[in-house]
Amino acid sequence: MSIVAVRHAAVSYGGRAVLHDISLDIDAGQVVAVLGANGSGKSTLIRTILGLVPLGGGAIELFGTPQRKFRQWARIGYVPQRMGAGSGVPATVGEVVASGRLARRGILRPSGAADREAVRAALADVGLLDRIGDPVSTLSGGQQQRTLIARALAGRPDLLVLDEPTAGVDAASQDAFAAALRRFGAAGGTILLVAHELGPIEPLIDKAVVVHEGRIAYQGAVPEPAGHHAQPGHDHVHPHAEIERARICVAPTDRMPAS
Amino acid sequence: MDLFQYDFMIRALIGALIIGLVAPALGIYLVQRRLSLIGDGIGHVALTGVGVGLLLHQSPVYTAVIVSVLGAIGVELVRERGRTSGDLALALLFYGGIAGGVVLVGLSEDSSNANLMQFLFGSLTTTSRQDLTVIAVLGVAVLVAMLGLRQALFAVCNDEEYARVSGLPVRTLNLLMAVTTAVTVTIAMRTVGLLLVSALMVVPVAAAQQVTRGFRTTMTAAMAIGVGAAAAGIWLAGEANTAPGATIVILAIAAFVALTVGSTTWRILRRRLAPARSGIGVEAEPPDVVLQVGVR
Repeated sequence: MSIVAVRHAAVSYGGRAVLHDISLDIDAGQVVAVLGANGSGKSTLIRTILGLVPLGGGAIELFGTPQRKFRQWARIGYVPQRMGAGSGVPATVGEVVASGRLARRGILRPSGAADREAVRAALADVGLLDRIGDPVSTLSGGQQQRTLIARALAGRPDLLVLDEPTAGVDAASQDAFAAALRRFGAAGGTILLVAHELGPIEPLIDKAVVVHEGRIAYQGAVPEPAGHHAQPGHDHVHPHAEIERARICVAPTDRMPAS
Repeated sequence: MDLFQYDFMIRALIGALIIGLVAPALGIYLVQRRLSLIGDGIGHVALTGVGVGLLLHQSPVYTAVIVSVLGAIGVELVRERGRTSGDLALALLFYGGIAGGVVLVGLSEDSSNANLMQFLFGSLTTTSRQDLTVIAVLGVAVLVAMLGLRQALFAVCNDEEYARVSGLPVRTLNLLMAVTTAVTVTIAMRTVGLLLVSALMVVPVAAAQQVTRGFRTTMTAAMAIGVGAAAAGIWLAGEANTAPGATIVILAIAAFVALTVGSTTWRILRRRLAPARSGIGVEAEPPDVVLQVGVR
């Protein structure tokens, strides 16, 4: 079954077209990475899928239901780029992660033992259970990112949507994060993520979608990083046994060698 | 303590305690959303409602509730759009509110400076039995909403986009916040006055978060500080013959200063003590090394 189906989607901001004629299918259990340069429209694409940006044209279906009629939001776990700015009051890691249970529980029912258990399990999954009572403001950027992933996982979603989850995240957090995603995928979960740099999650990706100037420029196996590949001593085993085909040079600024 | 043998002082105390409890319970969400001054703005708008009430010979509390609820919904709709002109729209609304209030109160038959001052700075001791009933009923309603919907309101104020993707009724919750803010402003009008309302929503929260680590503990501590400041303020105002509303606010600010100084001192002391402790550890190490060398 198609978890996400996008048909000829178009989006514009204040009269300026940002996405043109996007069609995309994500099947159950797939791990899909949306790649592209800054300003290519990759974040807008997933925000449109989530309903945060209004669709200008075309159609989007989530779990087989037209987006406008979709109500089972508990099936989707969203991980934003960074912690919200609205943090004038201290909040503990546990309290932030507990927000992830609301979609499943509803806003009127008080939280119970099952909720507390799910929060602890999600924090254990990202390796932050020992920080459950600490204020989120005392965490590093990478740990805050893991807290947001735990919040999404706490709702036990079927689809995880992540917006640049590894941007500016330390190596330890990237590894913990990749491990959590691997377990989520192994349990049958579907993942859609936007990334700038794949890092340790690269082996997990089933399909890459490259967005360039508001259009899908490429869909298929993860494109080879232009720079790394040419480096001496490069020992990269490509996990996809697909027939070699002509690759487009995508988002050149992202894949440039660090020189 | 003799003061509390008078009914009006008892009513003043009960009214102040209710506001002291309710205002921070609501204010914590406003602070979390960095809208600390919104209560002040709504207070300005409520003054127009007071003017309308006096002009029409209606209870100013009821007309103030209606006008400030409309004003708060207007503010929320402007905020939701997120336009850059929102800041300017708010300024227009606030100053329009206070100017309209002053003009309307002036036009009413009951126009006197004392009357205007009553609403601007509170007149707790003139709280009637009927006023107190209104304060209690509305106060309990706001409190139940703030405590009962704590997790949902926390989610919306903490990360609105995430709340929307979670399928929460974000708009309804935002409007609920706007309406309860307006209601709290109006019932607090009697206690601290429209110009000091915002202080009771924000200052106890600011004081509490100097020493707390989580949202729930901050909320509980802020409510305790609010009630404490209200009770102590009424007593002190009676003893020293000062304005009760202003006395309550000054005590809340005193709590903020005391907790800030206290927690900063504690942090500095702990930092000073920590190296001293590890210093002992360093000194304790050499004998072990010597011992190991001796064994070998």
